[in-house]
Amino acid sequence: MRITCPLNGERDLREFTIMGSVDYLDRPGQDGTIEALDDHLHLRDNPAGETRELWYHDPSGTWLVVTRNTVTHEILSTELAMEVGK
Amino acid sequence: MRLPSGGLIDRGTNLRFQFDKQWYAGHDGDTLASALLANGVKLVGRSFKYHRPRGVLSAGSEEPNALVHIGKGAAQNPNVRATTQALYDGLYATSQNAWPSLKFDVMEANNLLAPFLGAGFYYKTFMWPRAFWEKLYEPFIRRAAGLGALAGMPDPAAYEKGFAHCDLLVIGTGPTGLMAALTAARAGVDVILADEGERFGGRLLSETGAIDGQSGAEWADSVIAELSGMDNVRLMTRTTVTGAYDGGTYGAVERVAHHLATVPTGLPLECFWRIVAKRTVLGAGALERPIAFANNDRPGVMLASAVRSYVNRYAVAPGKRVAVFGSNNDAHQTVRDLQTAGVEVVALIDPRAGAGKDIGVPVHQACVSDTKGRLGLTEITLSNGRTLKVDCLAVSGGWNPTVHMTCHMNGRPQWREDIASFVPRNGGIPGMIPAGACQGDFSTTACLEGGIAAATRALSELGKSAPDIEVPEAEDTAYALDPLWAVPGKGHAWLDFQNDVTTKDIKQAARENMVSVEHMKRYTTQGMATDQGKNSNVGALALLADATGRGIPETGTTTFRPPYVPVALSTLGAGARGKGFAPERKTTSHVATEQMGAPFIEAGLWYRPSYFPRDGETHWRQSCDREVGYVRNAVGVCDVSTLGKIDLKGPDAGKFLDFVYSNTLSTLKPGKTRYGLMLREDGFVMDDGTTACLGETHYLMTTTTAAAGQVMKHLDYVQQVHARDMAVRFTSVTEHWAQFAVAGPKSRELLSAVIDEPITDETFPFMANGPVSVDGIAGRLFRISFSGEHAYEIAIPARYGDALFRDLVARAEALGGGAYGMEALNVLRIEKGFITHSEIDGRVTADDIGFGRMVSAKKDCIGKLATTRPALTEPGRQQLVGLKPAGAVKMMSPGAHLFTDGDDAIRENDQGYITSEGYSPTLNSNLALGFLKDGRARHGEIVQVIDHLREVKTMVEVCDPVFFDPEGGRMRG
Amino acid sequence: MRFSALRILKEGLTGNTGWGPLWRTPEPKASYDAIIIGGGGHGLSTAYYLAKNHGLTNIAVIEKGYLGGGNVGRNTTIVRANYMLPGNSEFYSHSLKLWEGMEADLNFNAMHSQRGIINLFHSDGQRDAYARRGNAMINQGDDAILLDTQGCRKLLPYLDYDQTRFPIYGGLYHKRGGTARHDAVAWGYARGADQLGVDLIQQCEVTGFLIENGVCKGVQTTRGDIRAPKVGMVVAGRSGQVAEMAGFRLPVESHVLQAFVTEGLKPCIDHVITYGMGHFYISQSDKGGLVFGGDLDYYPSYAQRGNLPMAEHVVEAGMTLMPMIGKAKMLRSWGGIMDMTPDGSPIIDKSPIEGLYVDAGWCYGGFKAVPASGWCMAHLMATDHSHDVAKRFRLDRFRTGHVIDEESTGSQHNLH
Repeated sequence: MRITCPLNGERDLREFTIMGSVDYLDRPGQDGTIEALDDHLHLRDNPAGETRELWYHDPSGTWLVVTRNTVTHEILSTELAMEVGK
Repeated sequence: MRLPSGGLIDRGTNLRFQFDKQWYAGHDGDTLASALLANGVKLVGRSFKYHRPRGVLSAGSEEPNALVHIGKGAAQNPNVRATTQALYDGLYATSQNAWPSLKFDVMEANNLLAPFLGAGFYYKTFMWPRAFWEKLYEPFIRRAAGLGALAGMPDPAAYEKGFAHCDLLVIGTGPTGLMAALTAARAGVDVILADEGERFGGRLLSETGAIDGQSGAEWADSVIAELSGMDNVRLMTRTTVTGAYDGGTYGAVERVAHHLATVPTGLPLECFWRIVAKRTVLGAGALERPIAFANNDRPGVMLASAVRSYVNRYAVAPGKRVAVFGSNNDAHQTVRDLQTAGVEVVALIDPRAGAGKDIGVPVHQACVSDTKGRLGLTEITLSNGRTLKVDCLAVSGGWNPTVHMTCHMNGRPQWREDIASFVPRNGGIPGMIPAGACQGDFSTTACLEGGIAAATRALSELGKSAPDIEVPEAEDTAYALDPLWAVPGKGHAWLDFQNDVTTKDIKQAARENMVSVEHMKRYTTQGMATDQGKNSNVGALALLADATGRGIPETGTTTFRPPYVPVALSTLGAGARGKGFAPERKTTSHVATEQMGAPFIEAGLWYRPSYFPRDGETHWRQSCDREVGYVRNAVGVCDVSTLGKIDLKGPDAGKFLDFVYSNTLSTLKPGKTRYGLMLREDGFVMDDGTTACLGETHYLMTTTTAAAGQVMKHLDYVQQVHARDMAVRFTSVTEHWAQFAVAGPKSRELLSAVIDEPITDETFPFMANGPVSVDGIAGRLFRISFSGEHAYEIAIPARYGDALFRDLVARAEALGGGAYGMEALNVLRIEKGFITHSEIDGRVTADDIGFGRMVSAKKDCIGKLATTRPALTEPGRQQLVGLKPAGAVKMMSPGAHLFTDGDDAIRENDQGYITSEGYSPTLNSNLALGFLKDGRARHGEIVQVIDHLREVKTMVEVCDPVFFDPEGGRMRG
Repeated sequence: MRFSALRILKEGLTGNTGWGPLWRTPEPKASYDAIIIGGGGHGLSTAYYLAKNHGLTNIAVIEKGYLGGGNVGRNTTIVRANYMLPGNSEFYSHSLKLWEGMEADLNFNAMHSQRGIINLFHSDGQRDAYARRGNAMINQGDDAILLDTQGCRKLLPYLDYDQTRFPIYGGLYHKRGGTARHDAVAWGYARGADQLGVDLIQQCEVTGFLIENGVCKGVQTTRGDIRAPKVGMVVAGRSGQVAEMAGFRLPVESHVLQAFVTEGLKPCIDHVITYGMGHFYISQSDKGGLVFGGDLDYYPSYAQRGNLPMAEHVVEAGMTLMPMIGKAKMLRSWGGIMDMTPDGSPIIDKSPIEGLYVDAGWCYGGFKAVPASGWCMAHLMATDHSHDVAKRFRLDRFRTGHVIDEESTGSQHNLH
């Protein structure tokens, strides 16, 4: 598997680690509900197909949002986590 | 028998080799198999289950029978295919899976038991009585099974790994691969051409058809000659591409030196390549399949194409009287090649009406239905009742395209009726274009054209145009086939030769309703041998289809998975032997510490000193007690550089720290240091450490040694995902600074002599930090303590670490102290009830360790919401406590569990456990930390400590975790 | 048909033509008393125990592919009861006891081999953690022995004790741990269930649920609707997909775990060995192949295949630990799809929909759980109450924080 880091170009899988689904982007603050926390940390759509995930490019310390297919392992796009939703 | 002329062998060489201690001779260009056949050796192995005598079946890596040990002693290499092992002078081979000898193998008795050992027999027996399985049945089965043997010693050879990149990877160098490579190379793209053979040319080396008026081998050489002169082409011989992975990544094994008598210095035996290719042309060719008939497994029964390989390429006659049996025209070429070579062909046996009329040998419109010859073929029986005396039978059931790699990403091949075989489905591997015989195009011309077309397509996908290239002219015979899978009859007819799976097993599996192809495979072990069904899967499928009244496409296929050929673990794991598995991190004081004779322990990837022994000390406890005394009574020095150090700057740095720590850091003033507790988002403690405020917007965070990497990644996550608007930047400076703890009543005295400006309690109170100068070198000083003593940590740029450490230790010794290691550090912190990851093991909350109030109510932080969940706040949680001996036995072992006095030691009564323990010379007592249910309310209670594993049972008193100087006067004073 | 020594003798002498089907191939009925979705190890054992322990025989197992085609047929076959935390301790203890009687109960040899498992440790801290675990195992009534380096040398002389990157301090030896022939477990339960009257329906994919007024009344399948008042989903690897059909989310991510086997070799490794520093575990099958594996590939996947970095990493760990395996050759690699939960422990509970029960989240520990998972899932479906040894495997424990986090790595699915 090869992932294109927007900063560092196409790199081998072994330079990356993955945290999980972009559910991690929606963080309930201290006033949030436990249900929202459950959504954030635990419950997952877990799609067989396209999914968006948080990945880390270890050598550069860059967090990415990677759009990927869980059936074919195809990498569809990558963007900096910093830029997502901006 | 060696033929008098012909072949691609160098008759000028004379290579001597041994097989089962017997000496033989062969030539350069031989494989072990061809050389054995040239010497008339037909019996080369024994089958897996029935220990049937077996000979060479094929001439390639798909060989199921001729598996041998190569080499001896620690270098013994098991399960080497004699058919691909190049001969070299001095080669030492032995047979395997036979005892006491290949000719007389006592396990052949299994053959007589065959009626009871059919498909799935294991599942129905060996159950009585239960206890006999491990003691009797299983050891017997294990000894009988297996093939070759490991030497039982580390492999002495060297191995390597590498990365390679290209525009186009071409796999295989038959007509398809060569034309694909030539087309792409001439277009100027980067090409890697890989072939598993000893030389390039694939099937061309074994066939007699001419290309452009030259022999196949000559033509292949001419193409290779052109390619080898091009800078954009990398030629990789003896290289099997073993697997297709995501993103155009391929695994490949280069057998660098298996063909050499001695491995030249500096060369590995094998190299594992990860090849990253933008496009790939698969020219993997096809594999011939056998036909199942009774006793079709005797030495001397070979694939027809293998017979041609031995005759044409190796100039070996695999027999004196050969018969050819097949139901396709390709088999007939075997008759012609044998005739040309002057080998007697007894008969062509072809069940098709009128086939082979003018071939010049007796033709039988029949099938072979049985054979004779215990250790080698002597006679065949035809379905018309005729018997023929032969010592070699060439068999061809037709060809199966080598689709394996196209299935590595779960693609299923599709059935093609006209060739009665499977071909790759489109797009099985993104970027891979199968061409030629592996696509079902079996004529040489079609392969040549297919190679050009595949390369042209790859080039166009890469945005390049293909050069004009002429298709060479090739001699061809048409491939016409009537599928023939099995010949009816009563004896055992083999499908999977190595695993001894016969047609009866398939039928029995069907009778037992094991009709899914996967059930059939798993029930009979069909296709699970070292060839992974390359020889037998399609035939077995056809029989299963027949037995279940389904068509072959409906029956389906099992899955081919990497690797295409087996890969040595030495190769896949190259570089990891011994210390190579993980990086070794050493502090700047490592050499000095080594010189002081300190044993090291691993702390993550770091090495840290356990203790510093002195003359006369016979036990580590003596050293540890002495070192604890340094710190409590004089001054001790300890390298703490392994703690993670993260430098944070920016106007929002304080705010960011407040977000990642549960407590408040932003109120910290420059020159001050504070302890911080970090939670995971799920509310449990992640890590702890001190943070120093170095300036208005500048902080230095420390982490534990173990969690340094995790915390850095976590900070990156928090900032880039949840704190994107905070103006803060940070970087790890763990390795920039050497840092030493200087601890003990005389620590200030020592430091004052080292640093250029003296310090006092007023200028440098507890938890202060500030810049210092050491011989003019800018360092940092922190008045923090992990021992509970008046203590400092002094940091200096790493390049001065060695010098500073030696200086500090020498000065400490002069003051009645010295260096201390991890054992003493551990005792010191237990005396003070300071926690490490033994306590914050990932399952404890801030409140569990008595830091509940450190989760600030005034601000949000990572993990705060989760700490409000019921399980994290309910009563009955295990809380950090101190434990002191209260019985005769003083030992309290970490990992022991705690029980209320009088309770049985069963799970339902479990009250907690011990995390850390040490002998405190200061308090002259063993002390322990642990977690106890509702522990803070149980100080003073006597509880049981039970360690079944170390047979310790004792009583302890529960107390506050801070055993020593609970007011902290020594630390502050 | 009962297997016996006499029967084998008779069949051997008469050409093995008298063996009948191991199970029937029934057509699905329009309704049953209960339906199990998923004909893997857990689904089949659930059906078997529903019939055997609870007398529910008018039930069906619905399998989209072939029986035993999921993780029960693609794992590294390790059977053990060496857990530390309440919840797991009692459950796996119960499971191991069932394993010990399974073959006699099923009249089917699953080649359960109690050859012993040794978890190696490589630091004082790891030893303390393993001691805590070992004591918990004994508190539970299971077996554990703490070996020092010498103890390991005696049992495992072929490890590298001198040069390996992380020295071997010792091991936790669980003698009743071992291996089994994975497929046979599925087949044994399938045959057992079939003999009790359970309909095993293969090639029948569930495409939806029949949910009426919030109550599950059955399933829609590629072979028509099948009604039942109780439906159990036992579809590890696909739990998220099936839950989605029922309209709820699970705390599960599907991940690929690779495993590997070498060519057959004469006996050289007699135990199951796990390596505390490198996510590597190995045993030798009765056929002679070295069966080994490591950690997840870490990315969610439904592809039943992995990539090279983890494959290489696993082999590298093996090479630093036991370099004598170097000349063994990897024959095959494969991947299983694991239901990963945020604490690494499973779920056996009612779903948010009445009549629908969930058995999921087995992470990569599902094989050894096959008997007890079925036992407890059957108990839950039959009685509507959690079995005592599975009562902590609640679906809501992540929300409440009552996690069972053996690895102590926290709420991230791929870290367990």
